[in-house]
Amino acid sequence: MYRLMIVDDSNIIRNRIQRAYDTDHFMLVATAKSGVDAIDKFTIHRPEVVTMDITMPQMDGLECIEKLMEIDPNVRILVISALSDKATGIKALSLGASGFLCKPFSEEQLVEALDELMQD
Amino acid sequence: MKEQKLQVFVDIVSQYFTQFNSEDLVIDTPYLSENCVKPKVLDYTGVIGISGVLKGVVYVTASTDMLCDMLQMMKETVNDDMMIDLVGEIANTISGNARSKFGPEFHISVPFVFKGSPASVILPKSERSFIIPINWRNHSGEIVICLQDR
Repeated sequence: MYRLMIVDDSNIIRNRIQRAYDTDHFMLVATAKSGVDAIDKFTIHRPEVVTMDITMPQMDGLECIEKLMEIDPNVRILVISALSDKATGIKALSLGASGFLCKPFSEEQLVEALDELMQD
Repeated sequence: MKEQKLQVFVDIVSQYFTQFNSEDLVIDTPYLSENCVKPKVLDYTGVIGISGVLKGVVYVTASTDMLCDMLQMMKETVNDDMMIDLVGEIANTISGNARSKFGPEFHISVPFVFKGSPASVILPKSERSFIIPINWRNHSGEIVICLQDR
């Protein structure tokens, strides 16, 4: 069972991910509404898997990925963002993210993306 | 902004509604509106500031009925906070998806969301905006695009 943290400033997206992830393989340990909130909760709950939005107040997801990778280089991060250009995806992967899912997404796409993340 | 760029947003709006029975979506003919006229807003509005290769705003404005129906379809609680969240997320997703066409220098802000009419005009009076009227399950909404080439 992998420890999961969901990071997104939208209640709706957080709820959507919470409803969709596979509870046989993931256990939700924290949710966060910004990059700053995510770092605080990451140090407390030490999730192994993080879903990460990019466009958020206070600290965006790309900066947050950098900081999470400094804390734990083994964490697996799935970026879930509306920013659909290739350059953003490449930037996120170069910072240490393991996967990228574009909004809007279906529940099936989310489950598949999380599965792929853990198979790599 | 040239009309070809408008098609980018029409396609993205159409794609966005595929998660909500898109066969119920009707996108009416887009039109130009002078910003010196007070911009039309419905019950809830999510505004995204754009900078970089294009400059201006993209906003989504929707009726309470539309947002309630969408939230129910998503099995979400229907209340004021969730409608504000939803209209902001729609604006964010439509603007963010436009980067696939306009590139990474199409910078988008976090959403600014309000209920009812704004206290001040949010569009530059000297410019014009493209309006994309939408009707989903007989509920009204509009996507307003006011972008200047740089």
